[in-house]
Amino acid sequence: MRLQYPSNVKIIKLPCTGKVDLIHLVKSFEKGADGVCVVGCLEGACQFTKGNIRARKRVEEAQRILDSIKLGGERVQMFNLSSSEAPLFVKVISEMTEKIKEMGPNPIKTALKKAA
Amino acid sequence: MIVAKRKPIEEIIEEVQAYDKILLVGCNECVTVCEAGGKKEVAVLASALRMHFMNQGKEVKIDEITLERQCDHEYLEELRNQIDQYDVVVSLACGVGVQFMAEKYMNMPVMPGVDTCFMGVTEERGVWSERCQGCGTCMLAKTGGICPVSRCAKRLFNGPCGGSTNGHCEIDKNVICAWQLIIDRMKNLDKLEDYEALVPIKDWSTERAGGPRKVVREDVMQ
Repeated sequence: MRLQYPSNVKIIKLPCTGKVDLIHLVKSFEKGADGVCVVGCLEGACQFTKGNIRARKRVEEAQRILDSIKLGGERVQMFNLSSSEAPLFVKVISEMTEKIKEMGPNPIKTALKKAA
Repeated sequence: MIVAKRKPIEEIIEEVQAYDKILLVGCNECVTVCEAGGKKEVAVLASALRMHFMNQGKEVKIDEITLERQCDHEYLEELRNQIDQYDVVVSLACGVGVQFMAEKYMNMPVMPGVDTCFMGVTEERGVWSERCQGCGTCMLAKTGGICPVSRCAKRLFNGPCGGSTNGHCEIDKNVICAWQLIIDRMKNLDKLEDYEALVPIKDWSTERAGGPRKVVREDVMQ
């Protein structure tokens, strides 16, 4: 199955979404990311028991922080997919990309470009 | 440990809005354990503040450092040679650290980065609860190691009040009655007869109500 997902999406592989820390999410926006999708296994299917549940809580905290600095908490989202759901992966990633496009670029990225 | 919780970012932004060079100072002790003001929380706050100011089009220098402690001279002295580069310091230590920093660097505005809550324990990760109010005259020997000063809403010393129901306090059904805990503990220790002994009136002069307190030990003073 060779499916196409938006080419502007960069994938960072991790052994488990439980490895994703709040600082990783916040820093990615400071470095100019327009949006971040954390894609973990289905709830209840984590090989490390709670990795994806923990990741979701961290994503929610990152959303609160982004909202509090008026960057838009919706720029970071958590999705739970099984590894066999490639079409669904493409669907959620494409929808997220569209959503971020509607929100516009990360203003930090614009500020960084101006400063450079 | 001293338990603190993170301040809302909006409140910290309000504190530092007027400044251009900000130093965020974390503390490696209690506030690191309760995940309110350690190195990681400093990094997250610094990142959020940088983005806030960038978003506003304001150029602000934000640096981070985490000291071993902020309640001892020698660690606060580590800032001596660099603190003048900044307009304001945000200390993510407990209220003790914030005040000691302010005392040491008289000309530097020092803002609190956390809300200091109480002396307590980690029940589980993410849950901290109060155990001690530092009343200055510990009576844990008489109460099976469970403190009625910090854990009983009425600070009763001779058994529970009438509000204790099924082992829980009347102020909140999720709060366990301290005296239920004390009696259960005394049963376990086979010392229930101690419960019958009347606890004399406590000397409250050593508590906070007597004004700011100080401990002096001549034998270790230099």
